Amino acid sequence: MPVYFIRRMMQSVLVLFVMSLLVFVGVFAIGNPIDILISPEADQHEIERATRALGLDKPLWEQYGLFVVNALKGDLGRSFVFNIPAIDLILQRMPATMELAITATFMGVLLGIPLGMWAGLRPESFSGKLIMSGSILGFSLPTFWVGLMLIMIFAVFLGWLPSTGRGQTREFLGVHLSILTWDGLRHLAMPAFNLALFKLSLVIRLARAGTREAILQDYVKFARAKGVSSRRIIGVHVFKNIMIPIVTVLGLELGSTIAFAVVTETVFAWPGMGKLIIDSINLLDRPVIVAYLMVIVFMFIFINLVVDLLYSVLDPRVRISESKG
Amino acid sequence: MTAPDTALEPALAAKPQTPFQRFLADFFDSKIATAGLVVLAIILFVAIFAPWISPQNPYDLSKLDIMDGRLEPGTKSMDGKPFLLGTDDQGRDMLSAIFYGLRTSLAVGVTASFCAMILGMTMGLTAAYFGGLVETIIMRIVDIQLSFPSILIALILLAVLGQGVDKIIIALIAVQWAYYARTTRGTALVERRKEYIEAAQCLALGDRRVVFRHLFPNCLPPIIVVNTVLIANAIALEATLSFLGLGLPITEPSLGLLIANGFTYLLSGKYWISFFPGVALLFTIVSINLVGDQLRDVLNPRLQK
Repeated sequence: MPVYFIRRMMQSVLVLFVMSLLVFVGVFAIGNPIDILISPEADQHEIERATRALGLDKPLWEQYGLFVVNALKGDLGRSFVFNIPAIDLILQRMPATMELAITATFMGVLLGIPLGMWAGLRPESFSGKLIMSGSILGFSLPTFWVGLMLIMIFAVFLGWLPSTGRGQTREFLGVHLSILTWDGLRHLAMPAFNLALFKLSLVIRLARAGTREAILQDYVKFARAKGVSSRRIIGVHVFKNIMIPIVTVLGLELGSTIAFAVVTETVFAWPGMGKLIIDSINLLDRPVIVAYLMVIVFMFIFINLVVDLLYSVLDPRVRISESKG
Repeated sequence: MTAPDTALEPALAAKPQTPFQRFLADFFDSKIATAGLVVLAIILFVAIFAPWISPQNPYDLSKLDIMDGRLEPGTKSMDGKPFLLGTDDQGRDMLSAIFYGLRTSLAVGVTASFCAMILGMTMGLTAAYFGGLVETIIMRIVDIQLSFPSILIALILLAVLGQGVDKIIIALIAVQWAYYARTTRGTALVERRKEYIEAAQCLALGDRRVVFRHLFPNCLPPIIVVNTVLIANAIALEATLSFLGLGLPITEPSLGLLIANGFTYLLSGKYWISFFPGVALLFTIVSINLVGDQLRDVLNPRLQK
């Protein structure tokens, strides 16, 4: 276990390093940032001064070194638009995104596993087929269009739910959360469902496929032969075995939920990190783009690491083969 | 001499199908997949022949009349022709705009997926056939890339590259090649251990010949399945990026851009500008996925009865 843990940690640090290099080269070296940073009317002298002040006259590897040193200190530059440190801006918006992503994940799991197992146990029944058709639809529907249709139905035609913003928030442990107030909950419902739809379909499919495979396995036959009740077979034996892929995928999906929140946040004007990055790309606010990408890359690598470690606990075969190889 | 022949005949008569006929029979066994294929055929027809079957050329500004703007579906224009699906803010017939949008969306999706397939397959086959350090490097890159969601990679690339048809195709290829590489390698690893590869190598055939003439054709079925699904993904991702304002320029509106265009009017109850392009997008993606799903079931030996 420790061998596997250490190898996996080192790998994560390496990936983080490579990604930071890519983001840096991508955003700062392609195109001349100075053209965007200062006004087009500036004369040669001003341009030179700004170049020196921003450290853009130094060789690229030195600039990258400076970027890394500053990044480790938590300084990823200042936003041109808001004129506050970019990292602060990201962290301000992060709770809104996390709240949305976590609510969506819970929605997906709590609905998806029972529906998927049901469909897996009765693959030929009408209800099973209906669930599967629903999941194909959930996969195929583009998130942003579903969001628009939700707004059209529930906000414009029925007028039940508000279409934009977070609503009233309440502070809990230093972060503002919508989920704690009725108004906030009403604002959260549509975006969270919108974001959950893809995950829900995914969980249904995984649970169905897992159940279909598991009920044909010898351990299920053996449990049946032993006289274990079918409720226990499904709830314990089958459930445990389908959880391995679901945990992995959901863990990995938490990251992609945060990334895909970009779309949902844009549709519902949810003031999270995703909306911020789209606004920043449109306004060419480069420090914020870099800070967002670094934060999200870090989150991803962290999530992948946790999922892999969790996986190795759930499935001993992984850690044995990995620490040997 | 005649006795063995008569004994064989009933057996032959019971299964006269060639593998391809069996594949077709299995495929059309599912009504929903057949329906998907029919819808897909109609969509392809519309996309290819859009300029000839559209009621109006939606991008010929001289044909547009601003007075026809934002008309409800079914209303007649100033000169008497009906707008079946309504008009957008510039008086453009939505039906024609959707036909042209389908053309753009499908062209971008198919081109990107096809290029990604070629790149990914080459990488996957190289990794599987040569193994060793080459394989480690290629598969590490694939692993790392696949651990990031497609939209994030596309977002990074488009933030750096800017807008344009070529840019979005590059972004889609960069997102998708890794899926092809992983699938190809997985299949090729299994195929490589089979006797026919050993036989080909014993005949001292060149590496290139073994890879492309023997290994590659036998890896195709799972790649075809992945390809259908990834074309649908490419179309959806392009639509999403265009909706976010990072995709195609306004001069070549895809379905995503048409939907984004209607978003402004949605809140005032003018639903048709966003709704109908979305339905077209939905039918495209669902029909491709239905066909892909059925292909996977039919081509998967583990599920075969």
